Amino acid sequence: MTDYQEYLDFLYSALEFQNKKQLALSEDTELVADMGLSSLEVMEFIEKIEDHFDISIPLNILPDVNTIGDLARKVRELNL
Amino acid sequence: MLFDKFQTMADFQAELAEQHVKPFGAVTEKILSATEGVVEGRNVILAGTNNYLGLSFDPRCIEASREAASRWGTGTTGSRLANGSFTEHQALEKEIAEFYGVDHAIVFSTGYAATMGMCSTLAGPGDTILLDADSHASIYAGVKLSGADIIRFKHNNPEDLAKRLRRLGDRAGQALIIAEGIYSMLGDVAPLQEIAAVKREYGGYLFLDEAHSMGALGETGRGAAQAAGVEADVDFFAGTFSKSLGAIGGFCVSQHAELEAIRFCINAYIFTASSAPSIIASTRAALRIIQEEPQLRQQLWDNAHRLYDGLKALDLPVGPTASPVVAVEMEDRKATIECWKALMAAGVYVNLVIPPASPSTNFLLRNSISAAHTSEQIDTIIAAYSDLIATGLITPTSKAT
Repeated sequence: MTDYQEYLDFLYSALEFQNKKQLALSEDTELVADMGLSSLEVMEFIEKIEDHFDISIPLNILPDVNTIGDLARKVRELNL
Repeated sequence: MLFDKFQTMADFQAELAEQHVKPFGAVTEKILSATEGVVEGRNVILAGTNNYLGLSFDPRCIEASREAASRWGTGTTGSRLANGSFTEHQALEKEIAEFYGVDHAIVFSTGYAATMGMCSTLAGPGDTILLDADSHASIYAGVKLSGADIIRFKHNNPEDLAKRLRRLGDRAGQALIIAEGIYSMLGDVAPLQEIAAVKREYGGYLFLDEAHSMGALGETGRGAAQAAGVEADVDFFAGTFSKSLGAIGGFCVSQHAELEAIRFCINAYIFTASSAPSIIASTRAALRIIQEEPQLRQQLWDNAHRLYDGLKALDLPVGPTASPVVAVEMEDRKATIECWKALMAAGVYVNLVIPPASPSTNFLLRNSISAAHTSEQIDTIIAAYSDLIATGLITPTSKAT
């Protein structure tokens, strides 16, 4: 079982190309408010995660996801 | 602030007002026929009405409507579950079920209520819905209300659907898969043979919205599933009376007897007044006509090909195949609005579509064709687009940078 930090590390690396503002990413970095990802970019990012872990991330959990940490916890739950 | 979120829209509306253009909610002052009207003070060819078979002015439909209003009054003033189920509603449910060759049908007051109501009710908390990413807003609204897990698959992509069903493991057999026959904005048809094959492999229930394909596709006009020969794989067919049938209302039909119990659980069916009998009567007449006059469907496709081929010959960015909906995709909002304005000035009304109503970040000049359009009218529409190129308002695909 992969632990929380490993999920975070994967998300950091997956966000590399979308980090237009060159932010120092942390679990508290907000995907939209801080990174400025558009809805299309969020969906592309989600798809990257889905394919990596071979899971589907339901749309209905996304309203609760603001930060990279929120997403890492949700992905971890889905991948258990 | 409560109203802050509407500011962008208010600014956009103000921008349109400054340009003296009203693409959204343009007022039709007079309807001259199924394909002509006076819109915002101009005589125009109606090329954005979804009136695919041109039945809104069929004398048989009008007479049926008139007679029903005289006999039943102007409205039912109540829900189907209270005082609003007249023999007209019951007869239409029987006839729409027979048309699809199934035993169960529910008639709704609008197409939106039909798809939203069914999608919000069929699946619930603990269930999983897989929907095509380009699904209609009513489907998105419904699945959001359902409380189920909502998973999107890539538009018209059976491989992506299969991948996502595989990921569900044992839950795949209980999943609700949602697709449409013809997609409303670009007019593209779902690859239903492949989607049905995926469903047969992994299981699940298939809900198919035939809103834009009923009357347009299939040997007897039942839609895209009939055309693809996969009706047996569809668990629920939904559709509307407001397009090919020229009225308003919606339906869901199914071979599953459970539909009769589901009826009593759909808020969008229970907590709204039923359709006026005059509407039901014209719908029944139109349903008879589309069965008796298959030549209407042939005429629709002849016209669709004429428009599509004409716009394609102009090298405009239209979809890959001809369809009753032909959309010209553009990247720039201002340029699209200018084109819409010029088309109106040339006497052609089409739909201006902006994101998120369009399936991508592109803007659309959406044309819908009718069996009632004449060849001359279609040529006028094509000529109006040709003028857009001549005046530099739109760039042909091959010259786009």
